[in-house]
Amino acid sequence: MKFSYSWCAPDRRRLFSMGNPQQLWRRNSAVRAFIVKEMRHILRDRQTLTILLLLPLAMVVLFGFALRNDITDVRVAIVDPAPDPATIALRDRFAGNPRFSIVAISPTNVGVEPLFRRGDADMALEFRSGFGESLARGTPARLLLIGDASDPNTASMMAAYAGAVIAGYQSAIGATGQSIQIVPQFRMKYNPTLESVNLFVPGLIALVLTLITALMTAISLSREKERGTLEILLVSPLRPWQIILGKVLPYLLLAFGNVVTALLAAWAVFHVPFRGSLILLLVSSVLYSMVGLALGVLIAALTSSQRAAMLGALVGTMLPNTLLSGMIFPIASLPGWLRPITYLAPARWFIVIARGIMLRGVGVAYLWRELVVLTVMLVLLFGAAVRSFNARLA
Amino acid sequence: MSSAIEVRGLTRRFGDFTAVDSITFDIQAGEVFGFLGANGAGKTTAIKMLIGLLAPTSGNASVAGFDVVRNADEVRRHIGYMSQRFSLYEDLTVRENITLYGGIYGLTDAEIRDRATALIRELQLDDAIDARVASLPLGWKQKLAFSVAMLHRPTVVFLDEPTGGVDPITRRQFWEMIYGEAERGTTVFVTTHYLDEAEYCDRISIMVDGRIAAMGTPGEVKQKFSAESLDEVFVQLVRPGSTPTLQHG
Amino acid sequence: MSTPGASGAPGVDGAGSGALSVNGVSKRFGEIMALDDVSFEVRPAELFGLVGPDGAGKTTLFRILATLLIPDSGSATVLGLDVIADLWAIRARVGYMPGRFSLYPDLSVEENLSFFASVFGTSIEEGRAAIAPIYNQIEPFRDRRAGALSGGMKQKLALCCALVHRPDILLLDEPTTGVDAVSRREFWDLLSTLKASGLPIVVSTAYMEEATRCDRVALMQKGRVLAVDEPAAIASRYPHPLFAVHARERHALLQVLRDYPHAASIYPFGASVHYSDARSGVSAASIADDLRGFLATRSVTDVSVEPIAPGVEDAFMELMGAPEGAVRAAA
Repeated sequence: MKFSYSWCAPDRRRLFSMGNPQQLWRRNSAVRAFIVKEMRHILRDRQTLTILLLLPLAMVVLFGFALRNDITDVRVAIVDPAPDPATIALRDRFAGNPRFSIVAISPTNVGVEPLFRRGDADMALEFRSGFGESLARGTPARLLLIGDASDPNTASMMAAYAGAVIAGYQSAIGATGQSIQIVPQFRMKYNPTLESVNLFVPGLIALVLTLITALMTAISLSREKERGTLEILLVSPLRPWQIILGKVLPYLLLAFGNVVTALLAAWAVFHVPFRGSLILLLVSSVLYSMVGLALGVLIAALTSSQRAAMLGALVGTMLPNTLLSGMIFPIASLPGWLRPITYLAPARWFIVIARGIMLRGVGVAYLWRELVVLTVMLVLLFGAAVRSFNARLA
Repeated sequence: MSSAIEVRGLTRRFGDFTAVDSITFDIQAGEVFGFLGANGAGKTTAIKMLIGLLAPTSGNASVAGFDVVRNADEVRRHIGYMSQRFSLYEDLTVRENITLYGGIYGLTDAEIRDRATALIRELQLDDAIDARVASLPLGWKQKLAFSVAMLHRPTVVFLDEPTGGVDPITRRQFWEMIYGEAERGTTVFVTTHYLDEAEYCDRISIMVDGRIAAMGTPGEVKQKFSAESLDEVFVQLVRPGSTPTLQHG
Repeated sequence: MSTPGASGAPGVDGAGSGALSVNGVSKRFGEIMALDDVSFEVRPAELFGLVGPDGAGKTTLFRILATLLIPDSGSATVLGLDVIADLWAIRARVGYMPGRFSLYPDLSVEENLSFFASVFGTSIEEGRAAIAPIYNQIEPFRDRRAGALSGGMKQKLALCCALVHRPDILLLDEPTTGVDAVSRREFWDLLSTLKASGLPIVVSTAYMEEATRCDRVALMQKGRVLAVDEPAAIASRYPHPLFAVHARERHALLQVLRDYPHAASIYPFGASVHYSDARSGVSAASIADDLRGFLATRSVTDVSVEPIAPGVEDAFMELMGAPEGAVRAAA
């Protein structure tokens, strides 16, 4: 037989010697036919296909940018009780470095704590009086570097960069022949042992809540549509908002139960600290859950099959809520243009709240902005969900 | 010569429940056999065993000369199957469906091409060959599905309620196609809820609670139950004790 | 466009004489004309059938009547209320059973029933009287999951769920599809009982013989109404003399008959073949004799030719003309 390059060419059969050629031919053509069929199915399901093409693209973009573990914007608060040429020179070095931006300079460290609590500063640099003198004399000049370790990875990196700036200054003045000893002391606030679990627990709670609320609601509602029972529910006195509420409340309860369980596990097993108000955290969790529920309903209303609803929920909620929320990748390490987009991820706000309450022990006074944002999101999404949920089939 | 379908004491239990209770019958080549019964009588289970999808608890059967348990693969290769719920892929075109099933059953490209051409011409689907199956009216879908089931020239074909919801004229066209195949020697095993279609069969059987309660030509069955229509026979068998009344307005 | 057999004016707001009225309703989906200028009326306490094969537009029409879809043109009223403007009033009073046994398979019979009762603000107790004749048949299975019921049982459960809130009209979309003949017959017995209590019922079906169980029917095909009248009246308007022909070899009989020059239509009908003659003014006896003679010349044995009264299926096939082509012509 003539050899040809088509993969089911007769000659290839001899290469495989599995069973008789007749059978192999049949098996090959059957498999080939199936592959072709599946490709057609995939290409013709427009909704699913759009999501499947968007998904890898989105992941590549987000992971690509987010995976840069560089720190680009470290906000430093400087405490300089006795400014002298040395401290000013070092301060200028920090100011001139594109990675750092100085957010406050003060003679005492009184204002540092509130800055940390509010999340307005990532790091504090505290000079001791007589810094320049010690340098000149050749005795150790102490410098206190305080980092916010509620995000331990970031804190370590920031400390490393700060150390590099200091070392750069050191070598610059060392060139004049003086020996300098700058001794940076690191102190990590809020998470002295740099436990990653403390970082992750708030993020995990957000993840679990997104899963239960957005994903499950989307699937449940679209299943009702597919099964046809939704038709009967529509032809009844029930208004769309009543149907939505009835569908959604059980998942809210489930979500709440999961938050309690997760917190118990974190506290009992991992000894994650809990410095703030439990009530506030639970209330915030409920708020965040409701946002997820509204999203789930919206996705179910916009898609026409269970499969599309599930994929839509994954891409539209899970993905941004994990990648853009600061859960895994610090927002500080995201490129500048991406940061405004993170404002759209509800989890971003929730994680700030959760970390603030659990690790920093702050309350509504510091977190009111995030709470307001979540409430606004809830109102908008719920309104959109109810409106998109047609009282008719078309 | 062995029968096209041989069933001996075929039984299937699901836990305590006996869905099919030791049924026995023979079907000859070229017969059009109507397999009737109420919902839940065990029809679907019996058919699944015959086409090799479900293993019997006891008893055996052979279809097209192959044992359904030991040679399920061969059975499936030699039979055609078509059901009301699913037969063709709706989002593929007519041509694509034919090519797909031809490929699955191991036909060569040339065979597929030739048989497809003949099929299209016979069904007069020339204008619709590149239309998605979803756009065809139901009657056409079913006729096409039947032809596709016959594409690989099986000796036995199983039709599960093939004409549900089809308009009365197309239904009869469908049965013309069945007769045509039967004349060529294909054995046709069909289930239906239309009792007038039951009359079109050479022989019928009626299943009740897992057993075969009646079997024979339609005429024989009616005579045995002293009934004028198969409808009456059905009522007698499925609801013994109730008086069947002819409900014509 | 007036439809033969329809009588009475369409229902007016509030005090309509009809239970339901459809006036020139049309609905298109893309290129397909699902409903084309459909009009008919349902009288109070009437068992009204929509009879036609798949694709006739029955489901689309039901969805419009159940206020789930809006017609492109025309209007419809249910219990005197407009389907577009008064949708919430209609939804509170209609018992709707879409095709496909839309129930919750993982809930039990009783759980399904109590859910649908509560959706309408009532309970099984309050609705017990209304559903009694049907519920008695499925009560032994009340704790069984709906998914585990047989087709006939599911359909009875679905009917209960539609009835439990004591609606003023029932809309049942193909409740007997896919169900065996005996269960179908029982279901229609139940419907007759319900109708006797004064409840108007609109049912759709693809089984032609079920038309005779209705007071009046609308025959539909490809979105158009072929006829609206009592089934007997429709059948009696069959234009040709009709005969039932038997022979020993049915298949041979069919082939031979196709050669007969006077045939208007030849269709197998169960055990016999229905033959209608194209000639007019010829007596039934002579038609039968001619036919017997012809068959004898073709060596068809054991022949009997009997005149019969046409049925709804005969009338339907005559009215529908040729079956539709494979490629739907853009309407």
